[in-house]
Amino acid sequence: MLLEIRGLGKRFGGLDAVKNIDLDVQAGQVTAVIGPNGAGKSTLFNLIHGFYRPTAGSVAFNGRDITQSSPHNSVNGGIARTFQTTHLFDDSTLLENVLAGRIVRSKSTVFDAIFHTPRHRRESALNHDKALEALEFCGVAEFRHDLASNVPQEVQKRTAVAMALATEPELMLLDEPAGGIPEEETTDFGNLIRSLPSRGVSVLLVEHKMSMIMGLADTILVLDHGQKLAIGSPAEIQSNPDVIRAYLGTTKDEEN
Amino acid sequence: MTLFTQQLFNGVALGGVYCLAAIGLTLVFGVLRIPNLAHGALYMLGAYVTYFFLTTVGVPYVAAIGIAALILFVLGVLLERLVFHPLRNAPHTHHMIAAIGAMFFFQSVAQAIWGADFRRMETPISGSLHILDAEISAQRIVIIVTAVVVLALLTWFIKRSIHGQTIEAIEQDRTGAALVGINPAMVSMLTVGLSALLVTIAAGLVAPINLLSPTMGDSLNLKVFAIIILGGLGSLPGAIVGSFALAIAETMTATYISSAVGEAVAFVVLVAVLAIRPTGLFAKAVQR
Amino acid sequence: MNGLKNPRILGTLAVLLVVALTPIAFGDEAYIMRVITVGLCSTIAVYGMNIILGFTGQLSLAQGGFFGIGAYAVGLLTTDFDWSFWQAFLVGVVGTSAIGYLSGLIALRTKDEYFAIFTMAIGFIIYLTISRWEAVTHAHSGVNNVKFPAAGDLVDFSNPTAMFYLVFAILLICVYITYAIRRSSVGRTLLTIRTSEDLADAIGVNVGLSKQLAFAASAFFGGIGGGLYASVVGFIGPDAATVDKTFEFLMFILVGGMGTVAGPLVGTMIVTFLFEFFQDFQAYRFIVLGPIIIALVIFAPRGIVGYLGGFVDKRARQRRIGSVGANASSRPHDSTGPEASARTGTSADNVTTTEEKN
Repeated sequence: MLLEIRGLGKRFGGLDAVKNIDLDVQAGQVTAVIGPNGAGKSTLFNLIHGFYRPTAGSVAFNGRDITQSSPHNSVNGGIARTFQTTHLFDDSTLLENVLAGRIVRSKSTVFDAIFHTPRHRRESALNHDKALEALEFCGVAEFRHDLASNVPQEVQKRTAVAMALATEPELMLLDEPAGGIPEEETTDFGNLIRSLPSRGVSVLLVEHKMSMIMGLADTILVLDHGQKLAIGSPAEIQSNPDVIRAYLGTTKDEEN
Repeated sequence: MTLFTQQLFNGVALGGVYCLAAIGLTLVFGVLRIPNLAHGALYMLGAYVTYFFLTTVGVPYVAAIGIAALILFVLGVLLERLVFHPLRNAPHTHHMIAAIGAMFFFQSVAQAIWGADFRRMETPISGSLHILDAEISAQRIVIIVTAVVVLALLTWFIKRSIHGQTIEAIEQDRTGAALVGINPAMVSMLTVGLSALLVTIAAGLVAPINLLSPTMGDSLNLKVFAIIILGGLGSLPGAIVGSFALAIAETMTATYISSAVGEAVAFVVLVAVLAIRPTGLFAKAVQR
Repeated sequence: MNGLKNPRILGTLAVLLVVALTPIAFGDEAYIMRVITVGLCSTIAVYGMNIILGFTGQLSLAQGGFFGIGAYAVGLLTTDFDWSFWQAFLVGVVGTSAIGYLSGLIALRTKDEYFAIFTMAIGFIIYLTISRWEAVTHAHSGVNNVKFPAAGDLVDFSNPTAMFYLVFAILLICVYITYAIRRSSVGRTLLTIRTSEDLADAIGVNVGLSKQLAFAASAFFGGIGGGLYASVVGFIGPDAATVDKTFEFLMFILVGGMGTVAGPLVGTMIVTFLFEFFQDFQAYRFIVLGPIIIALVIFAPRGIVGYLGGFVDKRARQRRIGSVGANASSRPHDSTGPEASARTGTSADNVTTTEEKN
C-alpha cells in the first residue's frame, strides 16, 4: 500500500474539520476525494502533506509513519502537491518555476556553486533537462520562457503539475487541478492526470467536476462534514443513495 | 525595603508610559498589519511639541499636552495617508523600510528645529508623596493616574463608540469588515492618528523626568516593540501586561544589577520569548 | 565565454571596471581614496544584506551589529592583544559568522515582522555590549591605531591606494559569490522563500534551515566588511555597530536594487557620494534623504539595477516572441487570454475562502 491513512482527525477550536478518516491509496491508481464545500477535503490534504498537524490518527507512506512530518520532508520522501488556487512564482518564467521543483533533488551546496565543481555543472544540466521534460510531459514546454503571470489559467495549472512532477514524486496530491479551467479543456487535462500513473506517479486528487472524476478515478472517497460518507469505485459511488442525496444531486444543479 | 517600594513605584510609572506607547503600536499592527518602526520618532516629536507649547508659547502643562496630542494625531493621519497607504499591497519589507525613512526624517526635522543638545522640560508639578516610607515624586503619581484614566477611556472608546468598534472589527477580520461596509482606509488613518495621540500623551508625561533629544525615541521604540512581541502583535491585553512586566523588570535590574543590564533586559527577554514561541507569548495559536 | 553576451554580466563588469580605475583619477587625494575605500567596506556588508533581504526576502536589522563585531574583533585584537591584522581578521569573520549562525537558530523559527524585530533586538544587544562593556571595548573612547594588514616588504598597506585594491579584491570575491549563489539552486531556494514560504515548503524547501544559513551568510559578509573597515579608518567607536549603520546599509541596497548582483555596489557608491555632498549639513541630511527613501519604496522599489535588469529582460522576451511568435499563438486556448484567466482566477479564490473556513 502506497499511502495508509488511519483514523485521521483534526480539530480547530473544538470543531472537527476532519474526523476519523481511513483511506488507502494504491500504487498506480488515481484516487479521488469529493464532497461539498466545507467537507474538509483541503484540510485532509494539508494533514497528509504536513501543513497541519493531525489531532488524531496516523498517516503512513510506503510503510513509513509520516504523521508528524513537515511538508518539505514529505516532498523529500516522494509526496508532491499542488494547491487549489494555482500557486506559481508569478515573476519567474515557467522554466524557472519548474526548476524550483528540482531544489529538493539537488545535492550541490553553495560551495559547489562558488567553485563551479563538476558536480554542480552536472547537476545544473540534469535539472534543466528534467524540468524541460516535465514541461513537455504536461504539454506547456513552448511557454517555458513566458512569465507565469502572463500565461492562460490552463497553462498555469499544467505548470503547477510540472513543478510537482519535477520533485520526482511517487504520489501527487492534486487539489482541484481543473478548477478554473474552461469546460472544453477538462478532457485534455483529465488525460494528463490519467497518464501520471504510467510514469510511476500515483494520484490523490480533490475535484469538483463530477464528469471528470467519474472517468478518471479508480477509487472515490466521499466526504461530508469532515467524515467518510462512502468509498468505492465510480460505479458504486454513483449508485449510492447517501451520496446522491448529499452531493451529486446538488452538484448537477450547480454545474448547469 | 524602602528602596524596593520606591523602585516598584518607579517601575509602575514607567510601565504606564510604555503602556500608552505600546497600545497604539499594537493597534496599528492589528489594523494595518504594519510594525510602525517610526513610532519612537512620533514619541520624540510629541515630547518636543509639548515642550514648544509649554516653554516657548507658555500655555499651561495640560493644555500643552493636549495641543501636542492633536497635532501629532494629524501627523499620524498624514503618515498613514502619504506613506503606509500607498504601500498597502507591497511586500511586508517595504513598509518597514518606509517607516525607517519617516523615522530619520522626523529626527532630522527635530534636530533642525531644536538642535541636537539635550533639553530639559521644567516640571510644573512639583513635590512628592510618602507612601510606605518611600518618597514618590508627584510627577510619577500623575503618570500612573493618567495612564489608568487614558486606558479606561480607550477601552470605553473601543467597546462603545462607532469608531472604536470599527477598529476592533477590522483588527479581527479585515475582509469581513469590508463586507459589512466599514471603510478600512478611513479606519487605518484613524488608528495611526490615535497611536500618535497616545504616544504623545506618554511623551508629555515623561518629558519632565527625562531629557529631550532627537534620538530619545530610539530606545523606547525598541522596548515597545519588545513589549508588543511579548504580548503578541495586535493584542491589547498583551500590550498592557507586557508593558508593566517589562518596566518593573527593567527598573529592578537597573537598581540591583546595573543600568546597562537594565537597558538590555527588554531585548534579552524578547530573544528568549521568540526562542520559545516565535509568535509571542499571548498570541492566538496559529493554525498549523 | 557566452556570459559576455549577457547585458547583466557586461553591466556588472563595467561598474567594477569603473570602480577599479578610480585610483587613477583620485590616487593622489588620500581623503577621497579613504572615502571610496570605506564605501567598498560598506558595500561588502551590503552584499550580506542582499542575501538575507534581497534574495530571501527577510528584513534583517542586525547587519550594523555584525559589521560592528567584525570591526571590533580586528580593532581590539590588533591593539590590546597585538595580533597581526590577518589573524584578527580571520577570527573576526569566523566569530561573526558563528554568532550569525547561532542567532539564526532562533531567527529561523520567526517570519516577517517577527524576524525583523528579532534581528533588530540582536543588533541592539550587540550595540549595547560594545558601547557599555568598557573593560573590554573601551566603550565611547573607542579603539585607536588599528593595524594595517602586513604583507612583508611586498606592499605597504598604509598607502591608501594599496588598501583600496586589497578591499576591492575582497569585494570582487563577494560579488562573485553573490553571482554564483544567484544562479545556483541555492539562490533559487532563497528566491523561492522570498516569494512564498508556504509554496517553498510545498516543493520541498527546508525553509527554516535555508533562512538560518542565509542569515549566517549575511553575518559573514558583515564581519568581512567591518573587519576591513576598522583597518581602513584606523579608529573605531561604538557608532560602527549602531542600528543607524543598518539603516544606512538598507538605503544603499534600496537605491541599488535588492536581489541583484550589481545593486549593492551601485547603490553604495551613489549614496556614499550623496552623503559626501551633504557633508556640510550632515545632521540634517535625512530631511532630504528620509523622503527619498520613502519615495523609492513607493515608486521605485526595484532600485536602479533592478530597473535596468527588468528592461533588459523585457527586450530579450520581445525578441524571443518575435522569433517563435507564430508557433505560440497557434495554440487554440491562447485566445482566452489573461482576462479570461483572471475571471476564472477570481472564482477559484472564492472557493478557497469558503474552503479554508471549514
